Amino acid sequence: MRTQTEIGSLLDWVEEMRVRVREIVREWDDQEGNLIMMLHAVQNEFGYISRGVAGVLAKETGINMARIYEVITFYHYFRLTPPGSHSVQVCMGTACYLKGAQKLYDELAQQLQLMEAAGGRQGDVQLETVRCIGCCGMAPAVVVDSETHGRLCPGDILQFLKRKQEARHGS
Amino acid sequence: MGPKPLALQDLEAYWTKEAGPQKWIRVCMDTGGIAAGARQVHQALIDARDDWMLDIHIRQTGSLGLSYADPVVVVGDASGVTGILGNMDPESARELMRLLGNGGRALLEDRMIVPHVRGRSFSGPPQTMILVKDTNAPHPEDRTRFFQELIREELQVHGLADQVGVYRAMDMGLYQKGICMQLLPSRVTYSNVSGPDVRRIIHESLGEGQVLEEMLESGEDPQERIVLRHCGHIDPDELDDYLCAGGYRGLKRALLDMTPEEVIGELKTSGLRGRGGAGFPTWLKWRNTREPLAERKIVICNADEGDPGAFMDRSVLEGDPHAVLEGLMIAAYAIGADKGFFYIRAEYPLAIQRVQRALDQSRAAGLLGPNILGSDFSFDAQVRLGAGAFVCGEETALIASIEGRRGSPEPRPPYPSVKGLFGKPTAINNVETLAAVSVILDRGGEWYAGFGTEKSRGTKVFAVTGKVRNPQLVEVAMGTPIRNVIEMCGGAGEGRRIKAVQTGGPSGGVIPRGKMDTPVTYEGLRELGSIMGSGGMLVMDERDSMVDVAKFYLGFCVDESCGKCAPCRIGGFQMLKLLEKIHAGNGKREDLDTIRDICHCMRSASLCGLGQMAPNPVLSTLRYFEDEYLDLVDAGGQAKRGAR
Ligand SMILES: Cc1cc2nc3c(=O)[nH]c(=O)nc-3n(C[C@H](O)[C@H](O)[C@H](O)COP(=O)(O)O)c2cc1C
Ligand code: SF4
Ligand code: FES
Repeated sequence: MRTQTEIGSLLDWVEEMRVRVREIVREWDDQEGNLIMMLHAVQNEFGYISRGVAGVLAKETGINMARIYEVITFYHYFRLTPPGSHSVQVCMGTACYLKGAQKLYDELAQQLQLMEAAGGRQGDVQLETVRCIGCCGMAPAVVVDSETHGRLCPGDILQFLKRKQEARHGS
Repeated sequence: MGPKPLALQDLEAYWTKEAGPQKWIRVCMDTGGIAAGARQVHQALIDARDDWMLDIHIRQTGSLGLSYADPVVVVGDASGVTGILGNMDPESARELMRLLGNGGRALLEDRMIVPHVRGRSFSGPPQTMILVKDTNAPHPEDRTRFFQELIREELQVHGLADQVGVYRAMDMGLYQKGICMQLLPSRVTYSNVSGPDVRRIIHESLGEGQVLEEMLESGEDPQERIVLRHCGHIDPDELDDYLCAGGYRGLKRALLDMTPEEVIGELKTSGLRGRGGAGFPTWLKWRNTREPLAERKIVICNADEGDPGAFMDRSVLEGDPHAVLEGLMIAAYAIGADKGFFYIRAEYPLAIQRVQRALDQSRAAGLLGPNILGSDFSFDAQVRLGAGAFVCGEETALIASIEGRRGSPEPRPPYPSVKGLFGKPTAINNVETLAAVSVILDRGGEWYAGFGTEKSRGTKVFAVTGKVRNPQLVEVAMGTPIRNVIEMCGGAGEGRRIKAVQTGGPSGGVIPRGKMDTPVTYEGLRELGSIMGSGGMLVMDERDSMVDVAKFYLGFCVDESCGKCAPCRIGGFQMLKLLEKIHAGNGKREDLDTIRDICHCMRSASLCGLGQMAPNPVLSTLRYFEDEYLDLVDAGGQAKRGAR
């Protein structure tokens, strides 16, 4: 059972979220064709676009939910689920593909699965692909928690993640 | 930059301002540089300078284009650039500051990048420095060190060891030319130097001032940097820097000295064609957008850079955002627009930030807003973000996206020049096109038309990546053979042979080794079944499978298809399945015929450029490398028969 304080803080969060969405809407209100910019702002704020947040956005803008969802699902950039606590994005642009990005991705996926099987928590590391992040000179490029690295092998990335996790749990 | 609007005489003061006597260091801090550690280098330079209280100006710039050498640092003084250093790290940054602080030059072993401009004679001061590099090897290695020692010993014999320093270079701009030596300050350069040659060079060249013609490498800069003119030189975050480099002079000329028709005429003289892919004449697009009567018109800068392996537009936006904005303003003046948009990929956060900053600065300086420079031209612009959809680079999809809808292409006509964003006549231009516009208005259409070929005027920026020794950005005059472009970047890496070069990204095709002398022009590339595209140039070597590359690009197009029309949605998917089957060794010869049929159907029946051009990589690999497809098909067949 949830305690009163937990429920209280949840309600507070919802209220704060409403205020924040309202601010975003106000900022863009007078601009034509503002939906995508508002969705960007919402995702920046909350990490992803949850149903609840989308609902508030619909109410505040008067745009119906179906249309908002039509847009969110069309564009790859928008997330409907919360991101993991660490993210690893392997670039699958042409230059990186040619320099072995697919192999890097496959090996990494396998290693992460092993880690999870060995007791790592699910959803801890989110592995994704991106299309050219503009560092083709360093192919294959990988973005680990929004830091870009070049010419890495799977071992380097796992080490890097391990260090970060240790640093986090240690503090 | 103060909030006070700039008057015309303020601008003129910037344009005529002379560079100060100060020494300076610039750190290339574009996305690539930062990823390689440019921020740490920048900080180390500042710390070292402050520790030793030196009077050296340190600033950030965009990229010089030397992606392979990131982080890159440029050193200079009032006379200009005196050194370019690559692969920097905080320690070497500190060492650099120590050298400069002691009044020395930027001589860091294995980090010096030597300009392509070389000398032919020794007239002038005595030679005090020798740079050496084994140009057959991409990385510093023993042979270079060995020759460094050899040269030192020889100098000793001649009693010159105290006067002449010998340093290892990182890159001499020469490749597969054995040991190369450059004498400074004359820049006389020798290639394929052998042990005995060293003695002759020191005896005859250093001692007697003779040029040894048989070893001489003369050369000029093979690049023409027009679009990239400021990248790596100015601070993209400072309007002052852009103004000191002559920025907004083109706008001033357009607004105060020319009518919109004359501006369009100037563009016609320049011969500039769109750099976003299709190569449509820019003046014609502007005239078509100027003609319709409408209350409002709109200009858009297409910065969606969709080719998944190219970074020309990002580099320009990150290195010189004001140049693109100036181009957009000139476009707006020419067609009679009062509103502009930058449509930028969301995956380019630094470009977005720098463009936003450029807009804010220009607005504060009165360069955006009502009655710009006292004229009756009023204009403002804002940033809009893409959201990870390649198809949004297509004009009608881009418009839908800015309007806040799904990015689905619409049939044309009506063209955006008649009915575009919010139903208004709209001109959409690529980043590189607009960066060229601003300098064309400054220096004249005639000047620009002096570069390139009859039908393809001017220059083009290419992002050369893949199996090339030095992946980088280059800007060359149109008509330069593809071979030269690749050679500028060091040719194939790791001593392998190039198999083919892919241009035009997912809408382009491959150019086999045998056709490397083809000049880069819109027509030349189209004849080979490829396209110029936005400027990605992917180099592939013997190990790369053409079937795999075709599959990669088609897979990309299938992923990115908006699904609106059947030829693209269904055709692409079916063709991808066939390619996967062939690649896995389960294909039949008939499959190739089916693939060709689907290609022709997609080409003729798809609604937008994505579907129409998606077959290009497949058709062109089939055209030049059918063997590879057949080998896979036949090998697969044999393996099965064997297993039976
Ligand atoms: C699928 C598709 C993607 C495109 N992507 C881009 C792009 O990323 N950047 C760009 O400038 N043009 C792109 N284009 C071309 C644009 O539609 C348009 O022709 C161009 O922006 C016009 O500018 P320009 O005349 O200066 O070249 C794309 C076209 C298609 C069909
Ligand atoms: S060709 Fe493809 S991307 Fe273009 S409209 Fe048709 S389905 Fe969409
Ligand atoms: S292709 Fe990976 S960074 Fe460009």
